[in-house]
Amino acid sequence: MITLEKRTSVPQWLRYATPLLAIGVTILLGGVIFAVLGYDAPKALSVFFLSPLSRADQIADLFVKACPLIIIGTGLVFCYRANIWNIGAEGQLVLGALGAGWVALSFPDATSYSILILMALAAMAAGALWALIPAFLRVRFSTNEILVSLMLTYVASLLIDWLVRGPWRDPMSFGFPLTPLYADAALIPPMILPVVGRIGQLHWGVPLALLIAVIAGIIMRRTLAGYQVRLFGEAPRAAKFAGFSPSKVTIGVMMVSGALAGLAGAVEVSANIGQLQPNISFGFGFTAIIVAFLARLNPMAVILAGLVVALAELGGDAAQISLGVPKVVTGLFKGLLLFMLLAGETWTNFKISVGRKS
Amino acid sequence: MSVTPLFEAKAISKRFGDFTANDKVDFAINPGEIHALLGENGAGKSTFVKMVYGVLQPDDGQFYFQGQPVSLSGPQAARAMGIGMVFQHFSQFEALSVAENIQLAMDQNESLEALSRRIESLSQAYGIPIAADKLVADLSVGEQQRVEILRCLLQSPKLLIMDEPTSVLTPQETEQLFTVIRQLADEGCAILFISHKLDEIKALCKQATILRGGKKIDTLDSETHSKHQIAEMMVGTSISAITRKAGAIGTKSLFEAKGLSRPADGPFDITLSDISFSLYEGQILGIAGISGNGQDELMGALTGEWRDPSLIAHLSIGTDDLRTLSPEERRRKGVGFIPEDRNGHAAVPSMRLTENSLMTSHSAPEMTKKGLIADDVLADKTRQIIADYDVRTPEANPLASSLSGGNLQKFVVGREIARAPKVLIVSQPTWGVDIGAAQLIRSALLSLAQQGSAIFMISQDLEEIFAISSHIAVLHDGHLSATYELEEMTPEKVGLLMGGAQGERA
Repeated sequence: MITLEKRTSVPQWLRYATPLLAIGVTILLGGVIFAVLGYDAPKALSVFFLSPLSRADQIADLFVKACPLIIIGTGLVFCYRANIWNIGAEGQLVLGALGAGWVALSFPDATSYSILILMALAAMAAGALWALIPAFLRVRFSTNEILVSLMLTYVASLLIDWLVRGPWRDPMSFGFPLTPLYADAALIPPMILPVVGRIGQLHWGVPLALLIAVIAGIIMRRTLAGYQVRLFGEAPRAAKFAGFSPSKVTIGVMMVSGALAGLAGAVEVSANIGQLQPNISFGFGFTAIIVAFLARLNPMAVILAGLVVALAELGGDAAQISLGVPKVVTGLFKGLLLFMLLAGETWTNFKISVGRKS
Repeated sequence: MSVTPLFEAKAISKRFGDFTANDKVDFAINPGEIHALLGENGAGKSTFVKMVYGVLQPDDGQFYFQGQPVSLSGPQAARAMGIGMVFQHFSQFEALSVAENIQLAMDQNESLEALSRRIESLSQAYGIPIAADKLVADLSVGEQQRVEILRCLLQSPKLLIMDEPTSVLTPQETEQLFTVIRQLADEGCAILFISHKLDEIKALCKQATILRGGKKIDTLDSETHSKHQIAEMMVGTSISAITRKAGAIGTKSLFEAKGLSRPADGPFDITLSDISFSLYEGQILGIAGISGNGQDELMGALTGEWRDPSLIAHLSIGTDDLRTLSPEERRRKGVGFIPEDRNGHAAVPSMRLTENSLMTSHSAPEMTKKGLIADDVLADKTRQIIADYDVRTPEANPLASSLSGGNLQKFVVGREIARAPKVLIVSQPTWGVDIGAAQLIRSALLSLAQQGSAIFMISQDLEEIFAISSHIAVLHDGHLSATYELEEMTPEKVGLLMGGAQGERA
């Protein structure tokens, strides 16, 4: 018989060791999966996990890939710390892209980069309002925010589909479901670094993402707002006794995570695509859930976690191209990683003993 | 040689992880003996009796029943042997009748009519008035406990374990229970009686086994040892009694509640009806009452965790209306609160002590600097509380969960008193803490009152109420009695009010 005993105290090193262990076990099991599928396991693993790190421009692309994950993951950390389960970041991302797209398409002749600020604000507002729906329903009618936020994701993807096929479609697109291209000023410019110049697809959204994660870390650790979120998550009755309002916290964290998901949507479109199309995200809103947990709900660690998950994404692409490994294997890896993280979480909090003491 | 004991435990040990709850405990009880098991919270009493009743299995040691080694694989095996247990926190189905509840708990099948007849005849034989066809929802807690006792008696036990049975009873009900216990003992049933109330032990039991920190300290004759001697053995250090000095009670009313009503949220909540009281400088108003009579609901209404200005006619400190204010805004007006539950309500076990002290002072201007929490101010404040209230901590700023119950309670009480509230509203200030911590907390409350603050203290511990209150009122079924002076109150009078008798207005 396997029994779980709650640990009386959790050693600090274990908290940091378990995510690393989870990554290690995932890689190990990944090798087994490759072998079972008939691939050369060591080679497949090296293509998957090492090749994206072999050149400077590829490392830059890793950051580009991680950028939306870091922005969304940071927002989700606030929700999950407060025990509010926003699963609809994908939909909030789409709404953010629509908000920013609406501004960009309204000013097709914009020449000043200040339009980017306007787009960011519109994106954050749209994402926050989309997240306000499940938050309000939960506060007012005690509905389950997991279900409502998830279902709204499908509404959002149908909404963008309709807009790019209907009212917002570029008449010159020869029937393709695309909006007109944004004005140049509405595109996030690539980063030109001193000495090396441009590397990979690196753009100004990346430093923005890092800045957001760092600021979020300070807010969580050092301000009353962050304290309120943590207190609410650890002990809701104590938070109420401290004088904080459960409704305000619920609405606050949902809107913050919605705003950041929306911002990620705007950045993604404006830096990498340049116009709206039916598919603007590769499930970033869902992948960011894994990122938030891999970071142990710590905003600063989201940066590292975002890079690790982005590595799996890019590795999947590389393995598909050079070895013909199906793309779904990437999904498999992400799922495996989440399972290992949850197992690690259990192991952090409980002592596992097999067999029964007599 | 004397007779073989009915039940014997030899070197019983039980560990939970790293924690040793019972360490080589020996114990023996004879037929017809009323034996007390004494100890502070956490001494290992509950663990021990759960093993006797088969709920837990010992890691080491051996039980003997009538001289034969036995292993108690589960409660059913224990019952088959003739061991019965009345739990401290029993659970019954409120929507079922007394007989139906008992039928569900019986190991053998028996028709409802036959069972009802047996219940009625037993209840007559022992003078335990209970109607078999009554719904449990209509019974008081004391009556529900009688159902539990009857359930055990139906199985004609040879050993009956009672875990803190008087904690839910009025003094009168306690007396009735003792009569039943004595009658059972006269018939040869052995009673293992768990309590930490020394008066009861002295009144009822001949033998007492004392546990401390999981170890058996001694088995002694409870009639020849004084309460003080027994208490010191329980605690392990000498204790000095605290006494209330008759401080001056002002005529100025500090806090007023009038016409406070609160509808029940759920079917098992209590409706508060028209509660009114005033608090004066230097006063300690003790609120007696059995748990589940509206204490939680009243506390929530006073802290402001529940608020509905339309249902409260008047709630004020000085000239400030409190009805619409949040708990933190009420604290800013000079009211302090200490809720009963220190695990997740008054304090957060998974947070550090500094973060716990911030809970009730976060709106103070000195707590933030340029939008950031002033960690240095907070650390100083926390250190001060730890030093002033003798909070024993494993490190400078530990997680609250690493403190013992008594030390965490000292911290929570210290945190509120350090804010020098004009009015302190506290529920069960010494619930589940060791005697040393209880003494410190009570003297801290007394000295706060001597400095002119008023204290409203909800407590189910009558000893505590009589030890430090200057005035007493009783909460029963959501109604608050009139306020009486300490001198005009006796435990019997309080008991009558706790049972729902109407006192004349003072």
